[in-house]
Amino acid sequence: MNKLFGVMALSLLSFALMPLTATAAGGEVKLQQANVDLSNNAAIQRGAKYFVNYCMGCHSAQYVRYKLFTEVGLTEDDIEDNLIFTDGKVGGLMKIAMPEDDAARWFGAAAPDLTLTARIKHGGADWIYSYLKGFYTDPSRPLGVNNTVFANVGMPHVLWRLQGIQDPVYKYEVHHEGHTVASFDNEAEAEAYAKERGETYRLERVVDRLELVQPGSMTPLEYDQVARDLATFLTFIAEPMKLERQRIGVWVLLFLIVFTVLAYFMKKEWWKDVH
Amino acid sequence: MSIEEGVDLKKRRFLTVGTAVVGAIGAGFAAVPFIASWNPSERAKALGAPEEADITNLEPGALLRVKWRGKVCWVVNRTEQNIADLKTLTDKLADPNSEVPQQPPYAQNETRSIKPEYAVLVGICTHLGCSPTYRPEVAPADLGDDWKGGFFCPCHGSSFDLAGRVYKAVPAPTNLVVPPHQYLSENVILIGVDGGAV
Amino acid sequence: MSLMTWIDDRFPATKVWNEHLAQYYAPKNMNFWYFFGSLAMLVLVNQIVTGVWLAMMYKPSAADAFASVEYIMRDVDYGWLIRYMHSTGASAFFLVVYFHMFRALIYGSYQKPRELLWIIGVLIYLAMMATAFMGYLLPWGQMSYWGAQVIVNLFAAFPFGIGEPLSIWIRGDYVISDATLNRFFALHFLLPFVLAALVFLHIVALHKVGSNNPDGVDIKKVKDENGIPRDGIAFHPYYTVKDSVGVGVFLIFFTGVIFFWPDFGGLFLEPPNFEPANPLKTPEHIAPVWYFTPFYAMLRAVPPMFSSQFPGVIVMFAAILILFFVPWLDRSPVKSIRYKGMLSKIAIAIFVVTFVVLAWLGMQSSTPAKTLLAQIFTAIYFAFFLLMPFYTKMEKTKPVPERVTS
Repeated sequence: MNKLFGVMALSLLSFALMPLTATAAGGEVKLQQANVDLSNNAAIQRGAKYFVNYCMGCHSAQYVRYKLFTEVGLTEDDIEDNLIFTDGKVGGLMKIAMPEDDAARWFGAAAPDLTLTARIKHGGADWIYSYLKGFYTDPSRPLGVNNTVFANVGMPHVLWRLQGIQDPVYKYEVHHEGHTVASFDNEAEAEAYAKERGETYRLERVVDRLELVQPGSMTPLEYDQVARDLATFLTFIAEPMKLERQRIGVWVLLFLIVFTVLAYFMKKEWWKDVH
Repeated sequence: MSIEEGVDLKKRRFLTVGTAVVGAIGAGFAAVPFIASWNPSERAKALGAPEEADITNLEPGALLRVKWRGKVCWVVNRTEQNIADLKTLTDKLADPNSEVPQQPPYAQNETRSIKPEYAVLVGICTHLGCSPTYRPEVAPADLGDDWKGGFFCPCHGSSFDLAGRVYKAVPAPTNLVVPPHQYLSENVILIGVDGGAV
Repeated sequence: MSLMTWIDDRFPATKVWNEHLAQYYAPKNMNFWYFFGSLAMLVLVNQIVTGVWLAMMYKPSAADAFASVEYIMRDVDYGWLIRYMHSTGASAFFLVVYFHMFRALIYGSYQKPRELLWIIGVLIYLAMMATAFMGYLLPWGQMSYWGAQVIVNLFAAFPFGIGEPLSIWIRGDYVISDATLNRFFALHFLLPFVLAALVFLHIVALHKVGSNNPDGVDIKKVKDENGIPRDGIAFHPYYTVKDSVGVGVFLIFFTGVIFFWPDFGGLFLEPPNFEPANPLKTPEHIAPVWYFTPFYAMLRAVPPMFSSQFPGVIVMFAAILILFFVPWLDRSPVKSIRYKGMLSKIAIAIFVVTFVVLAWLGMQSSTPAKTLLAQIFTAIYFAFFLLMPFYTKMEKTKPVPERVTS
């Protein structure tokens, strides 16, 4: 009997395990590991600098106050001198001057606020890192670039001077009933393979990897660091209290364990009366 | 349900009291975030940040209003005559030497200011919080012949001199507050922080 | 004259204390499953306290709502903690109540004379669902907005030409808007107090009939010379100390989530909800929060009939309302699963699996295969209840002991 209840308890508890399955599904694009470290203040500071220089022309982080960066080791003067280019104040929000309507007219859509990007995008920091590294030339797009993790993105490659220009190297996949059955570097070979097998076999061109065809001012390793710094920065501003939360959490758990152990022995003591 | 023999009452008591005390401490800690959330938020602090007042164009005798922490602050450019008049009022004032700490130490002087000509005051009556009106004219009809210029509160008739010192026998108990302030340059006053190295 | 006598002459403090705690005799064999009632009350208090505090800082308007939540998360001292306590508490509330309902189901705690107790419980569950649904709109993120849009549109499926006007009336607008947000906020604040009142009635009813137990034995049948049930123990101190342990263990899990995993992999705080509501852009995949997904799966399982979504809506509401009839659907002569026959045991095991599978299906984008699966499990869900009169009647039960087993 007790075994049956055990099974029931487990199946109810499987609710708790569901997020694992829920997040495992979806997101076909393979992301690169950003390995961000939120305790790395220097990375957050550098990321902040890149952000105000390269992103804040169009994107705001309007729920963040500049003052937040006093928590990662900057002084108010540092912030004023290095991060604030508008008439903003240290206590002010990281808004931008471009009105949304103008942005929508110029770019088709207002550039989204980036405060919470790391929490919205599946993959968080890894997504941002892969996105920043994922721009490649695509003449079919209005701005001449596309992105491996954000198909048909409407944003230009703002950091191209740093990274250089990447061309895509395609591969040709043959799909059949939702499965990839073969993959070729050469389009003609793939076509022949598909034709041989009939109409239900379809050909799809996918980006296999990117090739740097014109170097930028940075080496690829240096550029990776820029992308990582920005990913770290955006992860930090998405949930600035994350480290504090975990720090407090450890103490709360320790306290509750003490309480529970005491309560357990108290219960045991009282229940000696019950036969 | 009788208490059985062999039950260690001492141990039972210890565990019960111990658990209760630890639980109470936990409840105390749990209250902290709720209490702390009532503090001024980062937004309130940002809005209450020190405020700059540019006095370049402030003529002698004129008054400039600046908002700091939602309260009106006055900067008055006192004339030579005004400053001289301040000394003559001692007998009529409740606290002529500013002994009640309604000002930072660096403003506890004859003119209640850093520079004699510029008075910096929080424009809120110390009685019940109305904002007094600026009455710089000497001996107006409604305030009597002895009036050497100052502030008059229309709510309950409290009156202050041009250094914000309260007159005797009026409802307001203390002098007007001098906010912390400093000179960023010859013509810019920063209201809200005490003077430091600038 | 002592202070207590002075009070007791004017207010029945000691009397209430004795009747409901010190001299309320509960069966001594209540097990793990009996923790969840007191835990549900704890979470309700958590929700009310954190909710009132959030209301002090939240702005219920379409223009400000999203920003005011971020304001709470960033600018208010410990605002993030209060918000995570509330968002985690919502999920914890349903989890705890699902366990509590499961307990009632396996031990027959709805059977005579506890029918009203059960019915009040189902009303509590309904009030919780309404409260949670309205609360979910308040952060004004993409999921908030589109979730509310989809659910309110269910009312539009109502036939006889009243559906459309009804949904417009609920929204106070042609789409979910500022007006909707404002009224949902007011009701989200009000309903928890209705909930608290229902909980009070739930306890009044419980203390009238007494607690059930895993054996389903009526302990009042065997009393000692003082009229105290031989298998009963005073709720206080025995169950108050026992519940403290339960509270401790629960809080370890609860705070563990709050401090280390507040979005719970996207189940408690869904990623699209970090994007402000945008009436012009539907998220790729809309799913309600996990605790509604079993019912959402049933809604989607029913195909439109007579060019109307209404049958699906009926099925979804029927899935909840059928709970009211459980006391009369169970025809078994015994209460507890321990003494019921094999059929009941299999039925309840299948039911648990069904509920979990439906919850999972409700989170997924629908595909033909998944829709078929949802249809099968919807049928099983209803079969569990509708066949109950038969399988509980025809199976062979075991003899119930006189006294509780330990």
